[in-house]
Amino acid sequence: MDFNLTTEQEALSDSVRRFVERDYGFDKRRAIMDSADGISAEIWNKMAELGWFGAGLSEDAGGFGGGAVENALIAEGLGRGLVVEPFIANAVLTLQTLAALGPFEGREVLVEGIVAGTHKAVLAHGEADARGNPRIVATKATKADGSWSLSGAKSLVLGAPSADTLIVSARTGPGDGDISLFRVDPAAAGLSANVYRLLDNSRVSDLKLDGVVGTLIGPEGGALSAIEAGIDHATVTLCAEAVGAMDTALFMTRDYLKTRQQFGQPIGNFQALQHRMADMLVELELARSMVFQGLAALVEGDADQRRRGVSASKVMIGDAGLFVGRQSIQLHGGIGMTEEYAIGHYYRRLFVIAGLFGNADIHLVRYGDLSWAA
Amino acid sequence: MDFQPDPQMLQFRNEVRTWIRENLPEHIRRRAWRDYHVDREGIREWMKILHAKGWSAPHWPKEYGGPGWTPIQNFIFHEELRAAGAPVLDRGGLELVGPVIYTYGNEEQKARFLPPILSGDIWWGQGFSEPGAGSDLVSLKTRADYDPATDEYVVNGTKIWTSDAQHADMMFTLVRTDQDAKPQRGISFLMIDLKAPGVERRPIYTIDEGLTVNQFFFDDVRVPANNLIGEAGRGWSYAKFLLTNERTMSAEVPHSERDLIQLERIARTVTKNGRAVIEDPLFQAKLSRLSIDLTALKWAVMRVLYAAHGDTRLDSVASVLKLRGAELRQRTAELAAEALGDHGLAVVHDPDNHDHVKNDGLAPDIIEDGYGITHKCMYRRTTTIYGGSNEIQRNIIAKAILGL
Repeated sequence: MDFNLTTEQEALSDSVRRFVERDYGFDKRRAIMDSADGISAEIWNKMAELGWFGAGLSEDAGGFGGGAVENALIAEGLGRGLVVEPFIANAVLTLQTLAALGPFEGREVLVEGIVAGTHKAVLAHGEADARGNPRIVATKATKADGSWSLSGAKSLVLGAPSADTLIVSARTGPGDGDISLFRVDPAAAGLSANVYRLLDNSRVSDLKLDGVVGTLIGPEGGALSAIEAGIDHATVTLCAEAVGAMDTALFMTRDYLKTRQQFGQPIGNFQALQHRMADMLVELELARSMVFQGLAALVEGDADQRRRGVSASKVMIGDAGLFVGRQSIQLHGGIGMTEEYAIGHYYRRLFVIAGLFGNADIHLVRYGDLSWAA
Repeated sequence: MDFQPDPQMLQFRNEVRTWIRENLPEHIRRRAWRDYHVDREGIREWMKILHAKGWSAPHWPKEYGGPGWTPIQNFIFHEELRAAGAPVLDRGGLELVGPVIYTYGNEEQKARFLPPILSGDIWWGQGFSEPGAGSDLVSLKTRADYDPATDEYVVNGTKIWTSDAQHADMMFTLVRTDQDAKPQRGISFLMIDLKAPGVERRPIYTIDEGLTVNQFFFDDVRVPANNLIGEAGRGWSYAKFLLTNERTMSAEVPHSERDLIQLERIARTVTKNGRAVIEDPLFQAKLSRLSIDLTALKWAVMRVLYAAHGDTRLDSVASVLKLRGAELRQRTAELAAEALGDHGLAVVHDPDNHDHVKNDGLAPDIIEDGYGITHKCMYRRTTTIYGGSNEIQRNIIAKAILGL
């Protein structure tokens, strides 16, 4: 075990920090949010050029040889700038799921395209009723005349509005594990997408599938473990992003307390507010520690140990993010409530993060099932 | 950054685990697992066993009798000690005053004081707080006046909240040796023999009905000048060294991990509506949250122990350890009482120690793991008060880390 960043990891972390400072100011972000697509092709290309999409993928799987640590470093930096481009959806969730899935025809080309930034492919797995439990899948795939047909609904698909490829999960049999993955063209007949914004201004889709043609990728009925591995990896990456956002919100609030004058002095002089800030720092540093715990869980050989560790991180960091986000607004007072001021947007992102990939309840139950079974 | 577990540390853990299992006497283990107040004779016996192995001061440098372990090894050793049910060793000597003596003491002091700490023969109490100087420690008034005729200090005053000092032979104190200097500059670090004439002890029974803390009165107590550590007037900086020296220990992770083992066993044994309490979804959610919060604290400790040079927030981490660690110790005890059900509301005295406020002999017929639980529930209200209250910790974070 080694908590030191390698030279390459330090360089990666620096490059994300510089990118956010130089290329992703709050006004720039607002312009992107207000644009027709809600994401910037220029930013996406730049992220690809910087090599971030393959940084956390092993060489075997078509990446540059890194892993979850690299993804976490990138995400933490992106969290500082509230970057809305769907990095995690494409570069983590999809790529890690595909890496865990094993070989299938066309995989190399697909992965190459995602890594190069020329293709956007996202995993459409979650369903409204599942609320983040990856094992609940009602969408069905049936085979007739040698081709697969998918029917059902997918909910809150990250990155779907900008994707050129959808990777849709569907049930191919009655058993718990009979889940398969299908490559689906977003323009396929029978597929309708309802695009909307989340509170963090990212764009997502709800999909309805009615006899949509899909190409089976990976083993028939054997995709659940790969999907869970991909989601777990993405969840830890999301936790790292939360820490970046919390850290920025906390120190933004600290700076505000040092300048805002009331009763003839900076409000940061008041002990009630100092103690609140101290409590926020406690949550932040424990959350940062839990990212390390989550990263360690991802390299666990045993899948249940991995699941348990990832759930622990998500429970703790989801709640910590909400606490820091709420208190950041509270300590700002009225100005914190305004749409034009940045702090509220950190809360909006942290609010969304707490609910993505399963909220605290979902993960608390999974953690409990894996910890206390008789 | 790499989070693969270290094979060497796993091996080290196995080695110490096996050794502890083979060498910890059952009567000491049983009593310590009940986790009431310290049992001096049992601990002395255990210290002798550890000392013979060279492990009685796991965090001390080799030249002073430590095993030369890394901070990680020391942490693993403590985890294994706790998990096996071994008692807490003499903290005052091993963790608090020992490092001050080998860092700032003279050769004569090292030779005189360190060996009996290592062997467990001399126990130490801490004399910092006074009735009028708690969180505001620098306003302490106990005075030590130098008498050049005998080369002694004459001590007058009182010290309070001295933990386990009913067993102590010596006390390290902060005393005022210069009445005219600025408050911090007039304080010295003086070691007092508690058997000296003029020392009087008053036991203070706490809300668990047991005896842990004491008040001491010093009435013209004569202390050899060579019992003063380092320079006169610099006691405050030695005390700060002492208090930050064991910052990772103050999180008490091994102790809380051990409490969680006990809590889980209780929750598997005691039933609610015909099923083990642990199967109750509401209870299990609380247990899971506690376990997750302890995991977070442990990883914060790991960050400090591994001390990565790129971790710019290490100081912040250290300051959160005591604060959250203290809260978790309270929560583990309270949830264990909840798991016990009816008996989680009962007074259950230490069957091996009769020093209580009230010894009426009344007690429920409680399960073995239930001993000590309600007692801890009460006594642990102190964890967020001692060693710098959680409010003082928040002041420190706000000022030192956040610059407010």
